[in-house]
Amino acid sequence: MSATLTPVQPGTSGASRIVRRIATARETGIAVALVLVIVAATASNPTFLFSSDGFRDLLLTPSLLLLVAVGQAFVIITRSVDLSVGSVVGLTAYLTGRLFIDIPGIPIIVVFAAGVLLGGLLGAVNGVLVAWAKVPALVITLGTMYIYRGINVAWTGSDRINASDLPRDFRGLGTEHLLGIPILTIIALVVLIAAAWYLRNIRGGRELYAIGSDPDAAHLYGLRVSRRIITAFVVSGALAGLAGVLYAARYGTVSSAAGFGWELQAIGAAVIGGVAISGGVGTVWGAAIGAFLLLTINRALPILGIDDFWQRAVVGVLILGSIVLDRLLAVRQHRRLIAQREVDR
Amino acid sequence: MMGMKRNRRAGAVVALTLGALLVATGCAGSGGDDGGSGGGDDAELSIQFLPKNLGNPYFDTSNAGGAEAIEEFGGTYEEVGPTEASPTSQVSYIQTAAQQGVGGLVVSANDPEAICDALDEARSAGVKVVTFDSDTNPDCRDLFINQATAEGIAQVQVDLIAEQIGDAGQVAVLSASANATNQNAWIELMQEEFAASHPDIEVVEVVYGDDDDQTSFDKTAALLQTYPELKGIISPTTVGIAAAARYLSTSEYKGKVALTGLGTPNQMREYVEDGTVTAFALWNPADLGYLAAWAAQALITGEITGEEGDTFEAGKLGSYEVGPDATVLLGDPYVFDAENIGDFDF
Amino acid sequence: MTVVTDAATARVYQAHARPAWRRLLLTRETAIIALLIVVIVVALASVRNFDSPLTVTYLLRDIAPILLIALPMTLIIITEEIDLSVASIVGLSSVMTGILTQAGLPFPLAAALAVVVGAVAGAFNGFLVTVVGLPSLAVTIGTLALFRGIAVGLLGTTAITGFPEEWTDLAKANIPGTPVPMIMIVFVILAVVFAVLLHFTPFGRSLYAIGLNKEAAHFSGIDVGRAKFTLFVLSGAVSGFAGVYFTLLYSNARGDNAMGMELQVIAAVLLGGVSIFGGRGALHGVIAGVLLIGTLGSALRLAGITSDIINVITGVLLVLSVVSASLLAWLHQRRSAAVGRRRGRRSAEGGAAGDETHNHASTSHQGRKQR
Repeated sequence: MSATLTPVQPGTSGASRIVRRIATARETGIAVALVLVIVAATASNPTFLFSSDGFRDLLLTPSLLLLVAVGQAFVIITRSVDLSVGSVVGLTAYLTGRLFIDIPGIPIIVVFAAGVLLGGLLGAVNGVLVAWAKVPALVITLGTMYIYRGINVAWTGSDRINASDLPRDFRGLGTEHLLGIPILTIIALVVLIAAAWYLRNIRGGRELYAIGSDPDAAHLYGLRVSRRIITAFVVSGALAGLAGVLYAARYGTVSSAAGFGWELQAIGAAVIGGVAISGGVGTVWGAAIGAFLLLTINRALPILGIDDFWQRAVVGVLILGSIVLDRLLAVRQHRRLIAQREVDR
Repeated sequence: MMGMKRNRRAGAVVALTLGALLVATGCAGSGGDDGGSGGGDDAELSIQFLPKNLGNPYFDTSNAGGAEAIEEFGGTYEEVGPTEASPTSQVSYIQTAAQQGVGGLVVSANDPEAICDALDEARSAGVKVVTFDSDTNPDCRDLFINQATAEGIAQVQVDLIAEQIGDAGQVAVLSASANATNQNAWIELMQEEFAASHPDIEVVEVVYGDDDDQTSFDKTAALLQTYPELKGIISPTTVGIAAAARYLSTSEYKGKVALTGLGTPNQMREYVEDGTVTAFALWNPADLGYLAAWAAQALITGEITGEEGDTFEAGKLGSYEVGPDATVLLGDPYVFDAENIGDFDF
Repeated sequence: MTVVTDAATARVYQAHARPAWRRLLLTRETAIIALLIVVIVVALASVRNFDSPLTVTYLLRDIAPILLIALPMTLIIITEEIDLSVASIVGLSSVMTGILTQAGLPFPLAAALAVVVGAVAGAFNGFLVTVVGLPSLAVTIGTLALFRGIAVGLLGTTAITGFPEEWTDLAKANIPGTPVPMIMIVFVILAVVFAVLLHFTPFGRSLYAIGLNKEAAHFSGIDVGRAKFTLFVLSGAVSGFAGVYFTLLYSNARGDNAMGMELQVIAAVLLGGVSIFGGRGALHGVIAGVLLIGTLGSALRLAGITSDIINVITGVLLVLSVVSASLLAWLHQRRSAAVGRRRGRRSAEGGAAGDETHNHASTSHQGRKQR
């Protein structure tokens, strides 16, 4: 008869736990920072957000980097790094232009497929070398970065693809919108959602986190480490390839310098977004918001009266801050796990 | 432990012998060949064109003009250059030209001073140096082929923008790289002209697109956003005006913000036809390259020395005279608009 | 008694397991040196104008910054760290030189201050890596952006070009009577200092220990943190000096000077036989690696081949050199395993007492950290 009700501790109900997790999530922090930057810039100059051009550019420009950053996140989560993505973007952008010029009337979807395939192939080269030769990804992708960029420049020569060489409806992809949102952004969002779902709900995706946290344990556990690593690099390459095709759509002109320097921006975006360089942590949402934050700061600085030459310094400070934060969190997590182990004893 | 030390010491000795070998080959080379210069007899009519950067349609045209001239007088043509237009990126090509002992080097400089020392070294190795389009310090080149007077170029752009925005309002300048000699000369003259003849026009900012398409594109977007009252943009560089036109033609400012500057007809045709751009100016870059090649040939064969008053033949363009500061003038700038743009193909 | 003596004589030191000539000649460093000689010989024979003295002058002048920075970079990579920010420090020091000179300071003072700025930047790196305990890859990616950002922020894209002529001439001058540039004197002195530091002092010995096993080195009494901090400061200072030289060479102080140079330095160091996993490497291989890339580039440029092919070749060489290291280690492991299996079978058949020496394959570096 005396049914005692266990007193409900405040803050432990399911709903409040979810709220607390979201509130303390890294991604929320950066999202808040992004909103702050936009608010500050818009307060200074309303056309930043409230003109149709301003709103469009705000969404459009980061979409390309978003794709590359999501791919990079896949690789960084497995405790590797991919420095060759910038060169892959350049190569596929030029391939896109070349296909349209040399094969008039080629369907756009074929060009997309070709770009993604080429990117995936280049990524597979990286993945195979890293997984089978057991060489650190930094070195391999450093080498392939040189190689791919060299091939790109050799193929391009002093040529360049001009906007007039590309069919109008292809270029329209870069400028049209659907319900006010640019098509490029929609494509990027679809990819983002697919990637996030894969990492969270598909076994292959979750195994990437395991491999990044502790490669030896993953190997002993029986996970197919090599295959997953190759997959991660293929995804990174394929997304960079897609970004290259969209680059041609957005900018219209492709020279041999396309995509130059994008690898460091992508790594920066991922790191700022909470994807720790030591692997095993982070989400593609964070990488995406990081990409947005980086490029929005770039646009906001001149409006706030700061010379946009300082943008790189700001990015450097953000990266360093993120790494320090990651380290603090890792140390705290380590201590908590030890404490828990003591309790369970 | 001792074994490892011995390995490394021996390795150091090997490395030293290697270094000595490398230096010795250089010294041996100096014994046989005196400085690698072209010599006096049968002056080498090998001419290299070194533009600001490769992949720039303006320079593609001027280089083609040079190639045509070189074929006419029977020399050998080569085109070299960096992919990005930065001051120091041209130095290694100048050094290579000096090593190869070419007859003449035709260069458009990214910076008036940075390549000076390299050019002087090339000249002491016997290479004749002709600058065109963008000059260096007059001391380190033999001749400068100027497409038009800087005043004329500045004047035509000021007149065009003033006419297109109704002689009053804010304008901005989208330039190439911050150090480019010709750009800075023209911009300075434009500012003076605005101050003198168009007091109601205000130049709010000069931004640099570095002759890179994506950068120029993004800088145009930034300009339009930062200055909502902007009425006109002047872009005295063909890469800049093409990128700006492309951005403008898909933005809400098309037709409201005037765009003019220096552009090539082929790149601008689409935008003149859809109304983004009303009129712009240029000269014929092919003629510029052609004249530069003939001038280099004249220097190599000894026809002229670069003194003021020298005259030389320039193929189909006729004869030209060297002016003060060892400068040769091509002609006057030309205005393109909807009526005549169909007549040109470059 | 006899059994103990047998056991004593049967002890094998892995470092001296092979005869001296094999130890000396069959190293990675010798392979790179041999490759360099081959490239020089082929270039002399087939590329016109390669034998002119200008070649040596231009080659050494242009790769001098890479040669200089490769010295401390070797030490850093031996301790299993990495410094990606060196090129940004070069740019920063170049900008500082320009700004200070323009402000009226006498040039030697401006240059010295620029080197100090480089050392401070290196100290910042070292602080974050040793005191805060962050991975050097991440830290130096951040400081690569930060230092480059400060450099570009200070000057924008303009360049300062007015430097005293006596100094710019000095930077370009050759040693009188030879085609060798003066900067090589500085390089040779620094190379000797670093070689002595690395191969002949306990400090240098400790770097190898740190690279092979950080924890063991720590427990042996080596101050790991201080050693790494010193290396980062050295790297920063040398990069600062390279920045001053670069500025004088091109008479041009600009925010994006030397952009991308860090990758050239690392490619050359890895090509020179230094293992990215740490604990292995020597300076003569690295110097040969830098010279190899420089000579290849010079020869190809003279032959009229464009710079992109040079980049492709550099990349291929880099990939081949690290993959071949892994391949060789894997082959060695398989061979040792096969030998061990054979011995095990023989002992099982022979039924002898257990006093064979088991050959342990060196698998310490395999699969530990993927980076």
